[in-house]
Amino acid sequence: MKNYIVTIPAAVAVTALLAGCAGGPSRSEAEYRQLALDTIKRDFQAKGQAKYERLTADELQQACNAHANNPPPELAAKLAGAQLATVKLPADDKYLGDWKSGEKIAQSGRGFTWSDKAENPAGGNCYNCHQIGPNESSFGTVGPSLLGYGKTRGNSPEMQKYTYSKIFNAKAFNLCSEMPRFGHAGALNEKQIKDLVALLLDPASPVNK
Amino acid sequence: MKRSIVMATALTVTWSLPAAAQTKDANAEFEKFRAEMEESNPAELFELKGEELWKAKRGPKNVSLAESCDLGQGIGKVEGAWVKMPRYFADADAVMDGERRIVWCMTEKQGFKFADIAKKPFQGANDNNAPDITNLVTYVASASKNMKFDMPLHDDKVRDAYETGKAMAAYRAGPYDFSCNTCHGADGKRIRMQNLPNLSSPEGALRGVQGWPGYRMTGGVMLTSQWRMNDCFRQQRFPEPKYASQAVTNLIAYMTGNANGQMYKGPGIKR
Repeated sequence: MKNYIVTIPAAVAVTALLAGCAGGPSRSEAEYRQLALDTIKRDFQAKGQAKYERLTADELQQACNAHANNPPPELAAKLAGAQLATVKLPADDKYLGDWKSGEKIAQSGRGFTWSDKAENPAGGNCYNCHQIGPNESSFGTVGPSLLGYGKTRGNSPEMQKYTYSKIFNAKAFNLCSEMPRFGHAGALNEKQIKDLVALLLDPASPVNK
Repeated sequence: MKRSIVMATALTVTWSLPAAAQTKDANAEFEKFRAEMEESNPAELFELKGEELWKAKRGPKNVSLAESCDLGQGIGKVEGAWVKMPRYFADADAVMDGERRIVWCMTEKQGFKFADIAKKPFQGANDNNAPDITNLVTYVASASKNMKFDMPLHDDKVRDAYETGKAMAAYRAGPYDFSCNTCHGADGKRIRMQNLPNLSSPEGALRGVQGWPGYRMTGGVMLTSQWRMNDCFRQQRFPEPKYASQAVTNLIAYMTGNANGQMYKGPGIKR
């Protein structure tokens, strides 16, 4: 009788264990992350300008990868400071370029793929993810709408500096943001970023009409 | 004969469309058009070529795939095989997606060289014909039309491929910090006017695996999931995934697993 009582929970436990083995993952998330990395390093190859080294995550990417894009506060604070430190502000302290040129940069989705020529300038890829000017209806929605950006935020020196810095390195303000670090990555130069700042903040830009 | 006329008509109609594009109306128009096109999808042409290739004695060993290739349902059996892959194949000791498995059969059973197949595995915009492997994939996929995806996720090895693929989809690196999930990890996102399926959801994953192999109207080419993964990594600014590698199988396993239980409508048609 005593044995009988003991065996029932044991059988239930064994069944549950078997079900667990057959139904779910057999390793931890960290182990699968390592497997994923090993697989990527083994099964990817350089092509065109996309060199093999691109597969290696930098410190920030590693932190975002390891913590599902939400690193713990202490690490996040340290990394955010490091990202902000990468922002190179214009030596002349002027932030507003030419919004017309900015519109062209915002339209271009070129750059950094293995089929792009490395010597050609990259575009801003802005419309890929954002609504910006009122005359372009083909815009993406991965990022927020920027229509009326300057109208709602004003055109103060602080706002100009923030907008420049945000485009230069979005991760300085939102650590695991989906937005590329255009200045930090070397995709856009100082003049191009100023032109984009003008597109967003210049009262004459259609974005703010 | 009747079939080829339908095909020719379909091809002519398509070419006037892509220029329109770019607006929501155009999107709706296209969806309507695509629904009509599914009845006479040019993919059928590639299916027929693939069927011939499947049954023909070919390669240095002069054997057919029909008499030598096991896609998991028995030698030569194609019915229902596509929706049950990726799966584990003991003879190769690997989890393989459909295209990778056919390539394996071509090299191991027919004696073709992998390097020759991998040299140009996808149809380019200027190519008149799709590679043999694309035709074979289209044929095999078509033999699962109107069947439910049923990848054996309960198999530990398949589960490992799925979970590794899931982790790969979240891996951010490269100059733009992109992962697969940057574009395909949330509902309702677009790049320009292109809707992006959320591959972590059953509906989004189905859109992913339903689309390829698919006939792409732009350029009039037949393309496979292996191509789709390749071109995604190009846009992700990553280096290139090797053709028919485990990395690609893992990603296909992740999508197919999420699409499990839903109906496969056969080779797709894409803008």
